[in-house]
Amino acid sequence: MAPKGLDYEHLNENVKKVQYAVRGELYLRASELQKEGKKIIFTNVGNPHALGQKPLTFPRQVVALCQAPFLLDDPNVGLMFPADAIARAKHYLSLTSGGLGAYSDSRGIPGVRKEVADFLLRRDGYPSDPELIFLTDGASKGVMQILNTIIRGPNDGILVPVPQYPLYSAAISLFGGTLVPYYLEETANWGLDVNDLRNAVSQAQFKGITVRAMVIINPGNPTGQCLSEANLSEILRFCYQEGLVLLGDEVYQQNIYQDERPFISSKKVLMDMGPPYSKEVQLVSFHTVSKGYWGECGQRGGYFEMTNIPPKSVDEIYKVASIALSPNVPAQIFMGLMVNPLKPGDVSYEQFIRESKGILESLRKRARIMTDGFNSCRNVVCNFTEGAMYSFPQIRLPPKAIEAAKSAGKVPDVFYCLKLLEATGISTVPGSGFGQKEGVFHLRTTILPAEEDMPAIMESFKKFNDGFMEQYEDTRGYSRM
Amino acid sequence: MRRSVIGGAKRTTTTTCLFLLNHAHHRSLLPPLHHRLDSSSSSSSATALLLLLRRLSSSSSSASSPSPPNMPNPVSVQSINPKVLKCEYAVRGEIVILAQRLQEELKAKPGSLPFDEILYCNIGNPQSLGQLPITFFREVLALCDHPAILDKAEAQGLFSADSIKRAWQILDQIPGRATGAYSHSQGIKGLRDTIAAGIEARDGFPANPNDLFLTDGASPAVHMMMQLLIGSEKDGLLCPIPQYPLYSASIALHGGSLVPYYLDEETGWGLEVSELKKQLKEARSKGITVKALVVINPGNPTGQVLAEENQRAIVEFCKQEGLVLLADEVYQENVYVPEKKFHSFKKVARSMGYGDNDLCLVSFQSVSKGYHGECGKRGGYMEVTGFSPEVREQIYKLASVNLCSNISGQILASLVMSPPKVGDESYESYSAEKDGILKSLARRAKTLEDAFKSLEGITCNKAEGAMYLFPRIKLPEKAIKAAEAAKTAPDLFYCRRLLNATGVVVVPGSGFGQVPGTWHFRCTILPQEDKIPAIVSRLTAFHKSFMDEYRN
Repeated sequence: MAPKGLDYEHLNENVKKVQYAVRGELYLRASELQKEGKKIIFTNVGNPHALGQKPLTFPRQVVALCQAPFLLDDPNVGLMFPADAIARAKHYLSLTSGGLGAYSDSRGIPGVRKEVADFLLRRDGYPSDPELIFLTDGASKGVMQILNTIIRGPNDGILVPVPQYPLYSAAISLFGGTLVPYYLEETANWGLDVNDLRNAVSQAQFKGITVRAMVIINPGNPTGQCLSEANLSEILRFCYQEGLVLLGDEVYQQNIYQDERPFISSKKVLMDMGPPYSKEVQLVSFHTVSKGYWGECGQRGGYFEMTNIPPKSVDEIYKVASIALSPNVPAQIFMGLMVNPLKPGDVSYEQFIRESKGILESLRKRARIMTDGFNSCRNVVCNFTEGAMYSFPQIRLPPKAIEAAKSAGKVPDVFYCLKLLEATGISTVPGSGFGQKEGVFHLRTTILPAEEDMPAIMESFKKFNDGFMEQYEDTRGYSRM
Repeated sequence: MRRSVIGGAKRTTTTTCLFLLNHAHHRSLLPPLHHRLDSSSSSSSATALLLLLRRLSSSSSSASSPSPPNMPNPVSVQSINPKVLKCEYAVRGEIVILAQRLQEELKAKPGSLPFDEILYCNIGNPQSLGQLPITFFREVLALCDHPAILDKAEAQGLFSADSIKRAWQILDQIPGRATGAYSHSQGIKGLRDTIAAGIEARDGFPANPNDLFLTDGASPAVHMMMQLLIGSEKDGLLCPIPQYPLYSASIALHGGSLVPYYLDEETGWGLEVSELKKQLKEARSKGITVKALVVINPGNPTGQVLAEENQRAIVEFCKQEGLVLLADEVYQENVYVPEKKFHSFKKVARSMGYGDNDLCLVSFQSVSKGYHGECGKRGGYMEVTGFSPEVREQIYKLASVNLCSNISGQILASLVMSPPKVGDESYESYSAEKDGILKSLARRAKTLEDAFKSLEGITCNKAEGAMYLFPRIKLPEKAIKAAEAAKTAPDLFYCRRLLNATGVVVVPGSGFGQVPGTWHFRCTILPQEDKIPAIVSRLTAFHKSFMDEYRN
């Protein structure tokens, strides 16, 4: 038979190279076990509604009305929907041309982009231009679009934090670029040292790689740290000196669990720095409806804002966006609702505040329970989750466990996580999926299981972990801290 | 002319880009040199050392005073991915940008233009032109978006009983009834079961839910396949000319080669297997590995519906040549003539006795087209059959990087493939809405076709299916000269004049590709019926005066 177009050997090599651990081996095994009837606690993806978080009522009411605009003419609509939801639905429908069923402008509905710009002005204190805001089907799509625009070939490098969210490594391999890692320092609460950045760039350059962009994830995924203003301005200065575009993944900006270090956007810091930085440094920042107290992952809504990107490049990015026609319209409305929430005095305001506060406060408690739980376990150390949705404990695996993993043909942390899954049903992601220093092992869990289930989960984890350590730790030797 | 296809087609696509796109584009023909300077300077280690020294000296002084950037900004047209510069998408190209500008002008100064509204006939976006959504689908979607009301007695007064029942069914298929959660990266399993059953009912052959990948519209599915198939410019895909520019754009973006085959306008845009063979041979002789054949049925922009016999020959050709058949079947519900019927390629292949081992086949479907036209929802799927498990795993991995497609779109895809049935409460209103839309589309197609045919120098195919007419204009020599003088492709010149005179937005044929020396434009049949007479009279008047001005 003639060779076929889709024979494995003939596939795009860049596709084969892609690794995406969040939905990798562990996830597949967990799904299998679930099919066999085992109770699985999915803590592998930041997917709050899957773990029982209820959607905020008001945005769902508005979008339901936009889906079924004929309800707006029904005299009984007021029996089921509050007046402010009805008014808001009419507002969004008036911003569309053809309701939820029509393609919008490829950059998103102009009126919604205006609402995003207004939000950015309120948040940062600096004006934002709706023409430089593009709505996307989730932040991932935006990140991929920007990386695709930047990367020309294997000699183009992108600075990415390690540990990192594997979207970045996956997208960079897919587009055939080179990931240039910079390591976050675990002992300094996953801090970022600008000298390391310089080293990373010089080393890359010796290999013939031109570093063209730098990714920061703030608050960090999987590491949960919040970057300080001082740190951010160092980073921006560095990008200025090196001529790098900064990609600011700020999707967890609502998820802050301590008061010492609130979220501060890269854009605000950049503008505060004034010229030449504020006029020169190219910045793209990303946001989403999937995270925060919204957690509307299934909607696939997001945006990116471009700063100091030349108009001709913006045109090119627009052109590529137009090939996909438009982001989905219901999610654009969710985005509008997220950036333009209810105000005091609105009928639904109190309920909205009650719901959103409830979620955030509970997440804050869960972050604490989880960190403390991990730190109470044998050979486990864990930084506090300052922000985002994850806990990223280090597991100090004994040499015997590492050997056992090797003979099972598994990476040590994968081995550990699989055992954890089989024993407890807790589905995590091994640290190797995010990158970690050699010889050091982690796992990532979300802090999303319901608050009332949390103590039992941590207890079951502790029981497994301590038993595992007992089994493999006869010599009391640790893997390197 | 047709002989020089690879080169020739590149020319049709690249030259069109030149004309069709923005200013930024002109540069795309130059930059390789710039790029080489950029990247090779850093790959020579001597320069790298120099740069490093410069860096060290700059970083030592950097703490206090800002030093000037030592690299060009990374996101400038000179330094971005050249594949991005190369790709073009005319459906939203120059003409549309002009239309948007005119619309602003109308808003600011009503009465300042010779028309009072812009009529967008450039894009298959029915609801933006006033087509109403199918009530049942929207009822179910609203209930799934806000399930809290499902239990309430008042819901019975606002929603049909079967929409409530269907919403419950769907919610029960979603783990945790969580419509706000990421789903399985292929799409919610229960919804895939429903879609598979719908495909089975359509074709009379089994469909496997594990073969389905739900996507944000059909376009991302096409991109995913391109990503998989294209490793370099040596990888080619056979695409019809004229084609829907998603294909040319996506191939350019992924760095592959478009291998064109020409549809024969004389025979109603017929697809000849002899032409496929010829082009395949020629591409191979140039060292291109042709991996797949794209077929759009019903055709976009050409509107033809393939005959079953023709489809069999195409299947046979793909099997013999080991080509993946990429079947764009998003217009499967849009067939307007009684003598033609839509047959899926899967059904055709299975009825020939060909199974998974004989043919790699991908069928794309979308919620954006058909009678429902739900473009804004970005729902769709691809059914992939004949793939080895390893390859399937690669597709799954690609899908998982983007987590999942939007849930509302997934639900709608299941509804479209499993609409109300006889006996359901909503069946009558549903079929009345559906038939109303399809019959009206058929009437609009006919009216516009007749109108085009009546114009001097214009011939027009029959819109057997899809949503478009693709009339051919014989432009007088003088008009071509005028276009050249204005540094514009002649068809773009015509379309721009048409827009400026009438407010009617159509897409020049060069955006889709056409036999060199012929000129066309694509016009959707989607404006509401009450608008059609005005469009026809404006078009007629414009064309007449255009011809009067340029007639030889």
